[in-house]
Amino acid sequence: MSNDYQHRQSAHCESGVISGMLSHYGLSLSEPMAFGLAGALAFAYIPLIKLSGMPLIAYRMPPRSIIKGIQKRLGIKMVYQTFRNQKKGMAELDKMLQQGKVVGLQTSVFWLPYFPKDMRFHFNAHNLIAYDKIDNEYLISDPVFETVTRCEENALQKARFAKGALAAKGLMYYPEQLPDTIDYDAAIRSAVRANYRSMMNAPLPIIGIRGIRYLGKNIIKTEKKNSARLPLYLSHIVRMQEEIGTGGAGFRFIYGSFLQEAGELLNNNQLRDASSQMTEAGDEWRMFALQASKMCKGRKPMDTIQLADHLNNCADKETIAWKTLKNF
Amino acid sequence: MKKEQVPQDKSHTYGGQCKLLYATDEKGKYSSVKSNGWEVEEFATFSAIEEINRNRTDAWQRAKSGTTSPLEYYMYEQRMDLAILAQTTGFFQWRIKKHFKPAAFFHLNDKAMQRYAEALGLSIATLKTLPESP
Repeated sequence: MSNDYQHRQSAHCESGVISGMLSHYGLSLSEPMAFGLAGALAFAYIPLIKLSGMPLIAYRMPPRSIIKGIQKRLGIKMVYQTFRNQKKGMAELDKMLQQGKVVGLQTSVFWLPYFPKDMRFHFNAHNLIAYDKIDNEYLISDPVFETVTRCEENALQKARFAKGALAAKGLMYYPEQLPDTIDYDAAIRSAVRANYRSMMNAPLPIIGIRGIRYLGKNIIKTEKKNSARLPLYLSHIVRMQEEIGTGGAGFRFIYGSFLQEAGELLNNNQLRDASSQMTEAGDEWRMFALQASKMCKGRKPMDTIQLADHLNNCADKETIAWKTLKNF
Repeated sequence: MKKEQVPQDKSHTYGGQCKLLYATDEKGKYSSVKSNGWEVEEFATFSAIEEINRNRTDAWQRAKSGTTSPLEYYMYEQRMDLAILAQTTGFFQWRIKKHFKPAAFFHLNDKAMQRYAEALGLSIATLKTLPESP
């Protein structure tokens, strides 16, 4: 076998896999475009789902929604396969590769040996591309890394079939049919409108713009109720924001890049303006992370009111961007 | 974020790798830029790892003195906690807690042992022995 695949590094695994895979099959799509067209920007503070005892804070839509979103907006026919039998799941993968197909796989980060040790945590929804197999090693294009890599058969099997929350069950996917023409104008409008609704008109106070303010209030509340837990809580928030899947600010920049690209494509100033406003929101998120980490390290006195102010600024700045996009 | 503001802090947690970020040039045009780390992110990752290591060392000491089973040590060693171990084995948390008692753990049948071995990616023989040092 000798399959060719052009590796492209990306900021986020799912948008990277889908944009790389579609480009490979002949539909050229940048990562920010994939992210934006899926309407993947989000905010959610979910105390019901706990990660090592801390609430889940998400800065984008749940796993698989980028692939599903792209499929819907661009009218692509995708094939998804999950497997109850692990051996069968691996055999099907081999079959696809033998046919010269390049496929996306959902895996658990912890069991991928090529990940740096400090990044290996039990997160089951990491996406990567398998493009070939040599002896008992798979050739992998993992979009968050700079170059292609290899993964031994047993390790990949373990990673594909790890159990637990968001278990992949061996999920393998690839496009079956690409559309002949794409109406980018309609797709972009529909994506931006959907994302506007999820950020501005969320039905719960813990989701969207209101969720960002809620998190600020929650930090103040945590200080009053349990100040010993505060540093750990703050570093958890920063970690959810920055490390896990490029994080909060990173997603704002990806979305800003999408708005810019879309603005050029449609020659639309509304999109261009919103792009730079979204960039400012991303910068404010980074400022929040910086201040929170300084306070955790004790380089600055703990000041939860200031942190909540930063989050309110994030919410304000994102609101400005979304208001620009109202009626788009 | 401006291109020149993209942090290059050579974070140890990146293992010598670079991540990709999107940043703007002086005209506000976006493109992708590599970053070899950010101190703020590294700190957050380290805090999480330290927390796990603390729990692991603590479990090792208790296993050494015989008040918990090696299972608890290996749970942390494989970066899990009770919730994750319960999800991956299918055991209820209270059952796993019971298996933290050495007497209960060493009398587990092979089938139950195998479920732990599978979830933790370790052999049954390894699971039953505590390493020399944590």
